[in-house]
Amino acid sequence: MKEKESLFSPRNLKSLTGPLSAGNPVIVLVLGICPTLAVTSQMKPAIVMALSVMAVLSIGNVIISLLRNTIPPRIRIIVQLTVVAALVILVDQVLKAYVFEVSQKLSVFVGLIITNCIIMGRLEAFAMANKPWASFLDGIGNSLGFGFILIILSFFRELLGAGTVYGYPVFEKIGLYSTGYVDNGLMSKAPMALILVGILIWIHRSFNKDLIESK
Amino acid sequence: MKTYSNLYIFIYSAVLVIIIATLLSFTAFKLKPRQEKNIEIKKERDILSSFGVVSTAKNAEELFEKHVIKMLVINSKGDILEGDAFTINHKKELEKPADERQLPLFECQLDGQKIFIVPVWGIGMWGPIWGYIALEDDFNTIYGVSFASEAETPGLGAEIDTKSFQAPFKGKKIFDESRKFVSVSIIKGGAPPGDIHGVDAISGGTITSLALQKTIFDCLDSYVTYFKNHDK
Repeated sequence: MKEKESLFSPRNLKSLTGPLSAGNPVIVLVLGICPTLAVTSQMKPAIVMALSVMAVLSIGNVIISLLRNTIPPRIRIIVQLTVVAALVILVDQVLKAYVFEVSQKLSVFVGLIITNCIIMGRLEAFAMANKPWASFLDGIGNSLGFGFILIILSFFRELLGAGTVYGYPVFEKIGLYSTGYVDNGLMSKAPMALILVGILIWIHRSFNKDLIESK
Repeated sequence: MKTYSNLYIFIYSAVLVIIIATLLSFTAFKLKPRQEKNIEIKKERDILSSFGVVSTAKNAEELFEKHVIKMLVINSKGDILEGDAFTINHKKELEKPADERQLPLFECQLDGQKIFIVPVWGIGMWGPIWGYIALEDDFNTIYGVSFASEAETPGLGAEIDTKSFQAPFKGKKIFDESRKFVSVSIIKGGAPPGDIHGVDAISGGTITSLALQKTIFDCLDSYVTYFKNHDK
């Protein structure tokens, strides 16, 4: 009989920590770029987006993993999509009921979690073939990796684009505007997020040389 | 790989969909009152903030009841109609011909002063923009404004919801000296000092600024008869 795997075995830990750096969904796998561009102009919506994705992805992974031996392969994508869509609607409803102001800021992007490639990717690639606990950790790990990038991007975009951090007017308080400094409006626009993602990938790869493809 | 019969697939998908549909309708049903309450509170807070009353989600209802003393429904001829001003769907009313519209008007009291609040609604650059204009009891001087948008660009057009954009509206006049309705102009590059009808536009948010100017004009225009009949 196979020995029972411990809850935090090296393999399970790897599902949790891998997506933070070497297997990062945004800057290595380049998935989930749409929400990365759309919700990172300010920190608050970025954080709520990260938490919403975490809820959807970890619970979705567990559900699909529990069902994995019963799902007919021919309709597996439909089943995954249905589960994700249901979870996203739940998250949207809960946000509207309990954190109304944030839900207004996120507006359509909550609904668009359904189309986040990270989620379908993890369900199909991981949860369909692994046990619930490992899938749960994989979900948490990937959403942390996603959320981590969202928070870095939104920090710089909000600071340089609007002079605030989490809504707190940093530049105004330190008197930067009186020296003639002007906020960079381009930072608030989606193309700048893409450029920043590129810079992040550059920095990340310069520390992780093995990710650089050989010619 | 295990194979599944068509019957299995049909039953599997049917059961899955029924379970999920039940779950979702149950949640939607349970959370609906709370969500509607939030929307109502948001509206009350927007109205309060147009005349400078700062509220939180908790005390909004109490403050609203204290300050808003009368809610009127009027038409463009200045007659008072029956109806509930708070629940009027502004967007639907604006789709009707001008003389059939039901227009909400909120009469408020702050420190013994009477203030009248007119809701405005229009189309911005990416989506709807709306707000409330608070007028003093001469129906000419702006006491305060609050604006919000659904999808304007953050940091640019969406800045219409900031204090720094809204504050200069205070004290501006919507009628000129010959009692002609001129509304407020939102001027790109900045309003000249002393301009009693103009405020600064948002740099980088020109389209939203112009849309807001049009929205304010169009919405206030329907109230002009009532204003002229009731000013002192």
